[in-house]
Amino acid sequence: MSATLTVDDPTLLGFAEEVGETGPVAIVGGQTRWDIGGESAGEPRLLRAPEGIVDYKPEEMTVQVRAGTTVADLHVALAEKGQRTALPDRGGTVGGALAVGENDIRALGRGRVRESLLQVRYVSAEGRIVSSGGPTVKNVSGFDLPRLMVGSLGTLGCIAEVILRTNPIPAVSRWLHADRVDAGTTFDGLLHPSAVLTDGSGTWVQLEGHGADVDQQASILQTLGSFTEVDGPPVLPEHRWSLSPSEAGAFPASDGDLAFVAAIGLGLVFADAPQPLRRLDPAVTLINERMKQNFDPTGRLNPGRDAGRK
Amino acid sequence: MVLSKLRELAGGSKDESSGDPFVDALRNALSADRVKYDGAHRSLHSHDASVFDGGNSGPVVYPETTAEVQAVVCLANEHQRNVVPRGAGTGLAGGAIPLGVPVVVAVTKMNAILEVDEANSIAWVEPGVINLDLTRHLAPLGYHFAPDPSSQQVCTVGGNVANNSGGPHCLAYGVTNAHVMAMEIVLPSGDAVMLGGLDAEPQGFDLRGVFVGSEGTLGIVTKIAVRITKNRPAVRTLLMAFDDVRDAANTVSDVIADGIVPAAMEVMDKAITAAVENYVGAGYPTDAAAVLLAEVDGLDSGVDIDADRIAEIGRANNATDVRLAGSDEERMLLWKGRKTAFGAVAQIAPDYYLHDTVVPRSALADVLDQIYAISDKYELLIMNVFHAGDGNLHPLIVFDGRDEGVLDRVHAAGGEIITASLDAGGVLSGEHGIGVEKQKYMDRMFTDDDLDHQNRLRQAFDPGCRTNPGKVIPSGHSCADIQSLRSVPKEVWG
Repeated sequence: MSATLTVDDPTLLGFAEEVGETGPVAIVGGQTRWDIGGESAGEPRLLRAPEGIVDYKPEEMTVQVRAGTTVADLHVALAEKGQRTALPDRGGTVGGALAVGENDIRALGRGRVRESLLQVRYVSAEGRIVSSGGPTVKNVSGFDLPRLMVGSLGTLGCIAEVILRTNPIPAVSRWLHADRVDAGTTFDGLLHPSAVLTDGSGTWVQLEGHGADVDQQASILQTLGSFTEVDGPPVLPEHRWSLSPSEAGAFPASDGDLAFVAAIGLGLVFADAPQPLRRLDPAVTLINERMKQNFDPTGRLNPGRDAGRK
Repeated sequence: MVLSKLRELAGGSKDESSGDPFVDALRNALSADRVKYDGAHRSLHSHDASVFDGGNSGPVVYPETTAEVQAVVCLANEHQRNVVPRGAGTGLAGGAIPLGVPVVVAVTKMNAILEVDEANSIAWVEPGVINLDLTRHLAPLGYHFAPDPSSQQVCTVGGNVANNSGGPHCLAYGVTNAHVMAMEIVLPSGDAVMLGGLDAEPQGFDLRGVFVGSEGTLGIVTKIAVRITKNRPAVRTLLMAFDDVRDAANTVSDVIADGIVPAAMEVMDKAITAAVENYVGAGYPTDAAAVLLAEVDGLDSGVDIDADRIAEIGRANNATDVRLAGSDEERMLLWKGRKTAFGAVAQIAPDYYLHDTVVPRSALADVLDQIYAISDKYELLIMNVFHAGDGNLHPLIVFDGRDEGVLDRVHAAGGEIITASLDAGGVLSGEHGIGVEKQKYMDRMFTDDDLDHQNRLRQAFDPGCRTNPGKVIPSGHSCADIQSLRSVPKEVWG
């Protein structure tokens, strides 16, 4: 083992010591999605991950940031250099957004959370600091633990610090809205819109890019309906549904008076009723269980939570 | 799992005895003509496109259905034999070479494009579909499959999944992992399961994400839902020439720093450009120290703005010539030159060793300087053709294997290239993977704890380490692999 690889950052070492080797622990971020994956059990010690931006390299389009940093603070710092990340800003932390793994409703424009994590450093159930991935935008060196950590609800390791891919903020961003247009047809008529949302009667479109390109796409919209400028997307109902794009486009599947906003082309739907429980194939559940057992044999990391019950 | 039922599903038939009960069982489960055990087949499958030799393979099987793959895996378990999945065998890190006399599962007959589902922007394909065949199939519909490795005319989508393959156009569109939504795989247990899903956020751990790039060690992919990408209406391709390769590298870094993410940015140095031009006649300038191929795509106005800005940045970095491809034909010819670069090398020497590391873009120029110094030190010709936009270097060491002692120098130079890349803050591999090639370097990038956790991930899928054993994780960190390689039955000859 090369000694140079050993993490000697006192902040991370301190966090590893806090996590320790025994007793149930859970990491608290902004608690914006605290109830996801089941209720917390076993009265874990509640810890916060370290905060702060460690190294921002706008010319590499990467940022090294500690997990306890809020997404809002991160995005303020990145915006100074005209960049952003795929992480949704709901008032939570970077580590929380990654552990939950949910996408921004504008993910078609800003990318998916799971594709934004280049390197992860986490504290294992044994209190050891583990690193995986790398600082470059392209990397196939070994097994992909960053992918495993995204959406794992902190049940496999306590995310301490990450390197994220950043993206340029487009020169122009416009939201347009029209009633009585078909959202699917609208989506199909555009090239790479950042979002196309519908509540069943109105359609909202976010266009981003060079000004002239956005104008050209907006002129296509005018051939489809009376689109007017609006400030942003509609208010989203409380419950998140994960569907295929075609299912989201035909939402709701059965007649009913569900209020909803569906993201066309993405498959996300927000509705005022929860999504019926999705069931994992038992053979897949078995791998999930083995993964949990291998990473956290005593079940001390965020007990009660199960990524399979999201 | 009931093996007899699987055999029935697989439609197997009895064949004459081979003298090896495992081979007989495979022939019974599939058919005699799709279970090869002759010396020629076994020898052929002891290699992939790398310089590494495996031992002999065991039987080579060509399943046609998921049920047949399951039957093969179940039989391998029953007979305590290892399994190595294989696509077209174009891998460059030895990921598909057989270790421990495994059954080699060649998926090349599972090559159907099953469905193009435009409503979900995906296509369901079998793993043996050739990468470029998929894009050709999608072309009339206005789509393509974005990962475009240089081997795309022959490599399979299943192989792309195993290696998380990239290609020039992955700069803007992302590598294979960003383009796989769901996969049916046959687990090392023989069960067939679906990983991922077409829905936006599948539940559970992202097993789909960890399977992509796992180099065939977690199971065998039998069906893939790949994302299909709409063709962009406007494309601009710029060819820039430089008197110094550092200027080309700095242009790349400056373009990204300027907030432009082109579809592709590729650099070729003088030696490889001359070889390519002689081979294809694409119109590359042969007197330049380096050429930079930059492509932007999207809508008309935006691509003009970006192309102008890239040209401006190139000139600011001393570009001696900036040319915009005037037609689709010219553009295609330039890309043909770039993508056949490795073939063009045959004019210079009979052998080459293609390396693959990634460095931060801003370190490209310095690491290239070090590579040229390594070239001088070992008296080896090293050519550079690489995905500059994402810092993915491909130093190509050209040699004649008949020269005494040359391979020692080639390996020593390669080791120094890897060290230079890691020292610059880079990583071991951008797209070729670890295979057997870079196992010995893994501890330069990862600690014991890091490797231990990679092994834990692997063992969640394959507790017995029977699927492609002896790859990726160094042997000292994967005891089960050593056991599975040592447990080859005595009667199996190697």
